Amino acid sequence: MSEGILEVRKKSIMVKNTGCSGDGTGIDCEKASVSGAVSQRACVYCGARVVLNPITDAFHIIHGPIGCSSYTWDIRGSLSSGSEIYRNSFSTDLREKDIIFGGAKKLTAAIDEVVDKYSAKLIFVYATCIVGVIGDDVEAVCREAENKYKIRVIPVKAEGFSGTKKQGYKLACDAVMKLIRPYKITDKKGQHGLNILGDFNLAGEMWLIKNYFKKIGIEVVSTFTGDSSHENLLKAPQAALNVVQCAGSSMYLANQMEKEFAIPFMKVSFFGIEDTSASLMQVAHLLGDEQVIAKAEAFTKKESARLRKFMAQYKPKLAGKKAAIYVGGGFKAISLIRQFNEMGIETVVVGTQTGRKDEYEIIQNIVNDDTVILDDANPAELEYFMKIKHADILVGGVKERPLAYKLGIAFCDHNHERKHALGGYEGVENFTKEINLSINSPVWEYMTAI
Amino acid sequence: MLDMTPKTITERKSLRVNPAKTCQPVGAMYAALGVHRCMPHSHGSQGCCSYHRTFLSRHFKEPAIATTSSFSEGACVFGGGSNLKKAVKNIFDIYNPDIIAVHTTCLSETIGDDLNALIRELEIPQGKLVIHTNTPSYKGSHVTGFGNMMAGFINYLSEKSAVSNGKIGIFPGFVNPGDMHELKRMAKSMGVKYIMFPDTDGTMNTPITGDYQMYPKGGTTIDEIRQLGGAKHILALGELTSMIPAMEIKKKCDVDSTALPYPIGVEATDKFLMSLSKLSGKAITEELEEERGQLLDIMVDSHAYYGDKRVAISGDPDTVLGLAAFCLELGMKPKYMLTGTPDEKFTKLAKEMLLKYGVTDCIAKANADLFELHQLMKNEAVDLLIGGTHCKQIAKAEDVPFVRAGFPIMDRYVHSYMPLVGYRGAMRLAELMGNALMDRQDRDAEDKDLEMVM
Repeated sequence: MSEGILEVRKKSIMVKNTGCSGDGTGIDCEKASVSGAVSQRACVYCGARVVLNPITDAFHIIHGPIGCSSYTWDIRGSLSSGSEIYRNSFSTDLREKDIIFGGAKKLTAAIDEVVDKYSAKLIFVYATCIVGVIGDDVEAVCREAENKYKIRVIPVKAEGFSGTKKQGYKLACDAVMKLIRPYKITDKKGQHGLNILGDFNLAGEMWLIKNYFKKIGIEVVSTFTGDSSHENLLKAPQAALNVVQCAGSSMYLANQMEKEFAIPFMKVSFFGIEDTSASLMQVAHLLGDEQVIAKAEAFTKKESARLRKFMAQYKPKLAGKKAAIYVGGGFKAISLIRQFNEMGIETVVVGTQTGRKDEYEIIQNIVNDDTVILDDANPAELEYFMKIKHADILVGGVKERPLAYKLGIAFCDHNHERKHALGGYEGVENFTKEINLSINSPVWEYMTAI
Repeated sequence: MLDMTPKTITERKSLRVNPAKTCQPVGAMYAALGVHRCMPHSHGSQGCCSYHRTFLSRHFKEPAIATTSSFSEGACVFGGGSNLKKAVKNIFDIYNPDIIAVHTTCLSETIGDDLNALIRELEIPQGKLVIHTNTPSYKGSHVTGFGNMMAGFINYLSEKSAVSNGKIGIFPGFVNPGDMHELKRMAKSMGVKYIMFPDTDGTMNTPITGDYQMYPKGGTTIDEIRQLGGAKHILALGELTSMIPAMEIKKKCDVDSTALPYPIGVEATDKFLMSLSKLSGKAITEELEEERGQLLDIMVDSHAYYGDKRVAISGDPDTVLGLAAFCLELGMKPKYMLTGTPDEKFTKLAKEMLLKYGVTDCIAKANADLFELHQLMKNEAVDLLIGGTHCKQIAKAEDVPFVRAGFPIMDRYVHSYMPLVGYRGAMRLAELMGNALMDRQDRDAEDKDLEMVM
């Protein structure tokens, strides 16, 4: 282990088989960042915002000083087939006098101005760090606005310090439940089709998945939250099944919906050929008749065969390369390791921001010996392990990109700034092309000194 | 946005839509990244630090390194003292910077952390430094935070001296590494002894080497910041941006400053070089005179394409003023000059500049947002829009030629390496604007009118 690793961080880093977390309890995860670390992690507000933001016709009003609104303005990369209103940045831009005298009045007025300007039906009000500290009663303001305008105004009390990003996911799920709870149906027989949870339609991925279900004859009722609308979300309680793609953000919502609406759920992954086909088949067996199953079988077989042929072209260019993965959730990391396996690329470093213990256990099972596994890694650790493990490519998010490049390591954004759809079968093509484009680009050739 | 902005302008008092500013800490972080072997530290929730790093990474395409106090519920109740203590120990233990530059956030300001007291109580290793500034996010903007962080360094480090060291301090303002590089090049060309503070040339535009340097070789050194206190004079570029540090160096070390506009365009660059020459006693070199002549030559050759073009400019106050000045020199007519930063000095300076050129119908506003700019443009269109990336939705919706200049530019490359300041910067700006206008003319020309020679 490097001398450059903080003692308190050592439990959050392990090497498969040698296991330097040592005490046999597995990796240390699901905790707040260490003070003083160059953490890559975001906050409670960020977690809530990224989950709710793709609701396209909602007004997202950030109640707080301007920063939190600025930094999240139209950056999620989730696409809309309808309204573009969510791509605006609305905030109360709290100033010093609001901090002293309270910001509740300004929030009321801001809601009035939104309603006055647009025919808003759904408003989310995010309370950021200082709102609780200065004592604004955001819930009361929202309640009054709901009564006054007969629309939904839902508070999301997302003070950044009140936990990790994951806490924000939970708050977002609670807000969604608040929205759809009144639309619960009592007639179980009326339930049909499925909801897709935990896909945010980055680069249009939700559209791809919806299209698969259409092809095999399964109805998609509602989507959380990629390309969703107020009206569409309200239909969710009518579904017979929830499939959960990004478990980190949406498992809690699935649990709640099971409890309150009696909708069962299953975890799915639409990353990679194996996972996509397996997920589609599982859903077909659960929801479909023989015809649907037959269609699903034919479709997944055809797509898999097509893609294996496609991959075979790329394999010679990619086989033997080594990958490092640093992503948000554990489930995505697992999918990526499998995809790299299909390309003949070995994963030598894998880390997540918010992975859970059970996910880390799966990761341990599917990687080779000596693979380094990290929770909430900082750049120094990433750098150290990518170097000693000779990674050729890093898959990560915006803050990791320049780091990889500086080290002369190829990069693929599997986060908000992904350039192409990476989910579904088309995503396999895009992902493989992107990995190949970066890893085999001539720009690396000139890296050696003159 | 796109087609969602209503044309009718109604008064908004409480709702901010599509801001043309962000909060102080990101400016403070950028200033601290311009100091050699410095770790910027965000005293607040972990999300702030993450957002600011991301924001800077998106603009500079560099790993913007900074640490956080990672506030929890406990820190909010009991104060962030113990978080800071732990953080500072960890930072020196693992990242080993020479100096930690702490800035506050809305949270640590609101709960009332007294950073002066907290830092006094810290155990700081021999030879290492911890300094701070207050950057409440609910006051000013990122531009204010940049100035405040500079003032923080000066307050802690600059040493008053009875004898001048003969050096000229240059405060470059909130500009790109490419601008700072150009300012230094001009000073070097004249043989002027200077201290550039801060200096992100060499920290936020580093070459690729295959090794990641947490502390690249660029940046103003701690010793240089100390020496600022004995400088002969300070050239404070950006009459709004550099005002706070200029006042601080006067208060702390009794060093006088001259406030100048950003040297964008002919006149402002002339002013900068003449001030530099007067203060240092060094002549403006033939090399620079030649560049000036080349710039004028370009302006004369192409002036017909700029004349009377109406332009909307949005961005940070001094950047907007600088860009507008060069537009006016080219014969263009600023129609809207908007900044999100709340400072009425901007409006005053804009009006004075417009008056000089006899432009009477320009709307200049501080504390404005891009929603308002879009509404204004819907009511009276312009020929060219200049601003940061966030303007691109307006440019697309209104189908107006768009030149990216200022901060942040998150959807293009190379810009942070290139200058807007100096004669060379003006040439680049002339090219960017000219190309945008002439590409549009070509695009819109009927086949019979498409000109081969322009």
